[in-house]
Amino acid sequence: MEKKTKRRDFLFTATYAVGAVGAGAVIWPMIDQMNPDASVKALASTEVDVSAVNPGKTITVLWRGKPVFIRRRTQEEIAEAKSVKLEDLKHPEKDEDRAKNPEWLVMLGVCTHLGCVPLDQKGDYNGWFCPCHGSHYDTSGRIRKGPAPTNMEIPEYKFVDVNTIKIG
Amino acid sequence: MSEHEYTPKSKVGKWFNDRLPLLTLANHLTDYPTPKNLNYWWTFGGILTFCLITQIVTGLVLAMHYIAHADMAFQSVEHIMRDVNYGWLIRYIHANGASMFFLAVYIHIFRSLFYGSYKSPREVIWIIGIIIYLLMMAAAFLGYVLPWGQMSFWGATVITNLFSAIPFVGEGIVTWLWGGYSVDNPTLTRFFTLHYLIPFLILGLVVLHIWALHVPGNNNPIGIDIKKPSKDTVPFHPYIVIKDGFALLMFMIVFAFFVFYTPNILGHADNYIEANPLVTPAHIVPEWYLLPFYAILRSVPDKLLGVIAMLSAILILAALPWLDTSKIRSAVFRPLYKQFYWILVADVLILGYVGAMPAEGLYLLIARIATAYYFLHFLVILPVLGFKERTTPVPLSITEPILGGSPNLAAVKKKDSFKDQ
Repeated sequence: MEKKTKRRDFLFTATYAVGAVGAGAVIWPMIDQMNPDASVKALASTEVDVSAVNPGKTITVLWRGKPVFIRRRTQEEIAEAKSVKLEDLKHPEKDEDRAKNPEWLVMLGVCTHLGCVPLDQKGDYNGWFCPCHGSHYDTSGRIRKGPAPTNMEIPEYKFVDVNTIKIG
Repeated sequence: MSEHEYTPKSKVGKWFNDRLPLLTLANHLTDYPTPKNLNYWWTFGGILTFCLITQIVTGLVLAMHYIAHADMAFQSVEHIMRDVNYGWLIRYIHANGASMFFLAVYIHIFRSLFYGSYKSPREVIWIIGIIIYLLMMAAAFLGYVLPWGQMSFWGATVITNLFSAIPFVGEGIVTWLWGGYSVDNPTLTRFFTLHYLIPFLILGLVVLHIWALHVPGNNNPIGIDIKKPSKDTVPFHPYIVIKDGFALLMFMIVFAFFVFYTPNILGHADNYIEANPLVTPAHIVPEWYLLPFYAILRSVPDKLLGVIAMLSAILILAALPWLDTSKIRSAVFRPLYKQFYWILVADVLILGYVGAMPAEGLYLLIARIATAYYFLHFLVILPVLGFKERTTPVPLSITEPILGGSPNLAAVKKKDSFKDQ
């Protein structure tokens, strides 16, 4: 009697297990279809001509549907960014690590709080200010005040030649 | 539910009813015994049903003309406004209908709060109601994205980014929601699908909401349990039907005023600018009905905690039947609760106001105090009040205060404290 019960239990468990795998195999495509598709992933990199950008100017380009700020910083801005002590930062990052070529700051123009586009040359730290929920960024795009948790993101980029930046 | 068995008069009716008892259901709804002292605050259930049907009907019609594509959505909405016969009317009814829906649901919720309608044995009605409210907010948000204006786009960006606050998996979830690396066409098409789906989910939940209501029956302004049917009740039809109908007409006048005289006052001018992923509007605000929660989100200086505070502000309502420890339902007999109730109403209105203002200086300070008070009300004041408050005597029946008697004679003999009043 006891033996029979065990056999049946095994069959039940095996059936549930196979059923769960089957259900998972059906549900996963339904979930994954919402992830970025091949055509979205294909738009991975973009090249920008920056020859017309003078010191103190920012251009905004679209990369993967998001704005990228390319700012040619003035000497004062660079000095200001370098002079900040790391202890004063919410998300400590050296300016040298954010702008390999100190004159050029290339970063995603997306506030790390809830994704708005911060305004250029605004806020308490002469950098950027997000109008949505009041985050202040410095001349290196680092968060200084407000609800944003991290500095504005630096995308992968490189100088193809003196006047061309390739993002992505 | 009803004690007496219903038999249709006609032979055909009886034949059909034996196979599918729809006529029994209709009879239950008609005869449904309702407390005879229901006031006009009780008419908003019917008004909300009207709002839901209006949104579904106008929404179906709009979907015949709308194109869910990032390049064409904005144009297609203008096409509805200018070219489609009566398109302007249908769209304005739908857009203002959302606001009217929330106006009615807020009155409905605050009526429950005042008269203690969420208390035992009506907890399940209340929780279903909260789920409906959450779905309404989701539907309203998704619908606001569809015209693909600046507010649509940036509203969608900010709200979906709330999920990025979740540790570790947040970014992945946001990318999954978007179907890309920013709000774009894949986001729009799925939002349209979900916006179409949710009203029917709400419809199903409304059926459950009413079903759950018909088990214990309506609460009433004095919040006592009544015998059903008795001298304290009237049949739903024609008494409540007429009263609901009159209130609905008054409500429709307000509705029509917005649609015909100020159709855009509740919207935002920036949404008549097509979505631009490079420029965030200088001052983005959600629709008025979400402002109190938006204020709570902004009043917390930390991203994750802000999101948690905002969600808790809504979900705390689901725990309300257990947070309110008072056995007395109606605020009429709770002198202290009545005062705290009105402070809460003021608190939510203040939150709504500061939610529309920039998050800085004095506004931020007020938002923080109001947020703190909101949670204080539910987590401290309500539980303590149930033990500390001296309530006033509750009548034994609805007729008792007027006629001095009660249909429930045993109860009268046991307690006649009302005479001291």
